[in-house]
Amino acid sequence: MTDAIRTPAFEAKPKVSPLYDPKVRSLVFQAVLCLVIAFLLYQAYANAVENLRRAKIASGLGFWDNIAGFPISQSLIYYSEASSSYGRAFWVGLLNTLLVASIGIVLATILGFIVGIARLSRNFLVAKIAYWYVEIVRNLPLLLQLLFWYNAVIKALPEVRDSISFPGGIYLNNRGFIFPTPNFGEAFWLVTVTFWAGVLGALFYRAYARKKQEATGIQSPVGLTAFGLIVGLPLAVFLLAGMPLSFQFPQAGRFNITGGVSLLPEFLALLFGLVIYTAAFIAEAVRAGILAVSKGQTEAAYALGLTPKNTLNLVVIPQAMRVIIPPLTSHYLNLTKNSSLAVFVGYPDLVNIFTGTVLNQTGQAIEVVAITMLVYLTISLTTSLIMNWYNARKALVER
Amino acid sequence: MKSILKSLAFGAAGILAATGAMAQTKTSTLDQVKARGVLNCGSGTGLAGFGLPDAQGNWTGLDVDICRAVSAAVFNDPAKVKFVPLSAKDRFTALQAGEVDMLSRNTTWTSSRDTSLGLNFAGITYFDGQGFIVKKSAKIASAFELGGASVCVQQGTTTELNLADFFRANKLQLKAVTFATNDETVKAYEGGRCDAFTTDASGLYAERLRMAKPDDHMVLPDIISKEPLSPVVRHGDDQWLDIVRWSLFAMITAEELGVTKANVDEQLKSTNPDIRRLLGVEGKFGEAIGLSNAWGYQIVKHVGNYGEVFEKNVGAGSPLKIARGLNNLWSKGGLQYAPPIR
Repeated sequence: MTDAIRTPAFEAKPKVSPLYDPKVRSLVFQAVLCLVIAFLLYQAYANAVENLRRAKIASGLGFWDNIAGFPISQSLIYYSEASSSYGRAFWVGLLNTLLVASIGIVLATILGFIVGIARLSRNFLVAKIAYWYVEIVRNLPLLLQLLFWYNAVIKALPEVRDSISFPGGIYLNNRGFIFPTPNFGEAFWLVTVTFWAGVLGALFYRAYARKKQEATGIQSPVGLTAFGLIVGLPLAVFLLAGMPLSFQFPQAGRFNITGGVSLLPEFLALLFGLVIYTAAFIAEAVRAGILAVSKGQTEAAYALGLTPKNTLNLVVIPQAMRVIIPPLTSHYLNLTKNSSLAVFVGYPDLVNIFTGTVLNQTGQAIEVVAITMLVYLTISLTTSLIMNWYNARKALVER
Repeated sequence: MKSILKSLAFGAAGILAATGAMAQTKTSTLDQVKARGVLNCGSGTGLAGFGLPDAQGNWTGLDVDICRAVSAAVFNDPAKVKFVPLSAKDRFTALQAGEVDMLSRNTTWTSSRDTSLGLNFAGITYFDGQGFIVKKSAKIASAFELGGASVCVQQGTTTELNLADFFRANKLQLKAVTFATNDETVKAYEGGRCDAFTTDASGLYAERLRMAKPDDHMVLPDIISKEPLSPVVRHGDDQWLDIVRWSLFAMITAEELGVTKANVDEQLKSTNPDIRRLLGVEGKFGEAIGLSNAWGYQIVKHVGNYGEVFEKNVGAGSPLKIARGLNNLWSKGGLQYAPPIR
């Protein structure tokens, strides 16, 4: 077959000297460029190693397994200043960064959507409040806001002795937000299993309901059924299993309320600062997205007899999301990177622990900074990847 | 085509030249300082008595005067110093990178800093130890009662490690809150975030003075560590290390010999050979380290001897009123001792 479409023109390919063949030339140039870059990188590396050696500064990753010896105020995994290594401290910092970033992204998205929609509200007061919120928060430096939140949080909250106590053993003071530690009983796994089974069941039911609606036009009560499966069923199992959950209540100690889980004021201040700052930007992206959907779409939906709620959910938001998602991605990335300002409010994130204390104790600036940069790059690229995938799913499908 | 090749070749040559130049040996620190006409001195971000700029931007303090002494030895002028404020976290990187010629900012001499950071320590300017400050209202009498307390501490300091060691050794529970700068740390303690603030005892007295209500706070009597504070220079330039080290020794020797800022001109006529060698009347000790022979005279004339500098900045002549204690001369029950100039 291929022989059939071969034309004489191809066979009589004019003979060109490889020097003037555009294909060969471009390959050669790319190879040369790669070599130059590789050479440059190697030179920079060799130069750094040589200079470090001459200045008698230790290099390499030998420090990774050494005992860190410094305390960290919050860790999600086991960490002890007596026996944990610098490597362990790195993971503690990384997890703390991921913790504040992930919770921050969720909360900033919720707040951003609320404010963005509020700015378009027909209610004068709501729209103006949202307007001023965005204008003030967006135009003040984040660091200043973090310091404000940290000092406002500390100064506004009472001393330990005068802790504000809430029913259920919850305390709030300038050492943090302290609540009882849950102790899960032996039979609690039953509840967990039921919960996930409920989630799975709800997903299946939704798919079934959609199919049914497409075939017959009859709608099913998806929301109610999902609620029953995800909340009701585990609750019933929990009660039947004899409530296998107890709480360890916080006790007033010599210096602080001990026992119980506490959220540090540093964490709260950083979270508040990041959420409120980023939400202002997200609100603007949301507003832009909604305004980008032409008014005719809403009017057409109304003409078809859709309720305002369905118009918003089925017509406006799906189209607005196409405009909102790309800027949303960069706001998520910004939030994650901005969390590195944690050191100013004493929150033990990656930069505070690793590029701060570990760098200083070991003195190995090049290795530590390079690792930190790689970590942020990885986090950001992963976030980007997920958001791009989501964007591709939501993008306009041309038929 | 040819022009592209040519530019590539030029680029490669330029890169080679640049990296080659980087790999070359640097000129000595003394030559750099002389050529620049000013000494870059890494100082603290503000610690009363040790290094603090006033409203006019004039730096004063014990650590500051060490830099002034080096400037006096090199330039015969104590004012040719540019002070670069550095946080505890940034100080070593700044010195390693050549941003400053020396550090003089309450830095503890430890083996790991001396051996693996590419640094050299010149001599002990102040024998210190780590302590705690607490609110009087907390009714704490000793550091051993701090189990379970939140302690504010500055990042990247020996203090941070000593704190963990002390609590661990005494089986006390510790909640440390770490900040990047001294100011943030003190502010958090004053704001009530922590029950105690820890740093070198000298620093505690200095910070207490700057608090809104100094009388509400007290320094606990326990000293939990040895903190020999020393000026720091880069590893590998022995001449510069000698200059900084002997500038300090000259100040201590001057105190031992009773040579002061006021009587130094008179002492030039002294018949005591030790004094004559210190002031450069006899011998060529200055030339041996690349300075003029009158370097010792210049230091005492412009800055004063160690005792004078101590009393003026942190001792009886200052609001801190710290007793000489360990920092007295060896002949008066302290630890300050300078090898002889001869």
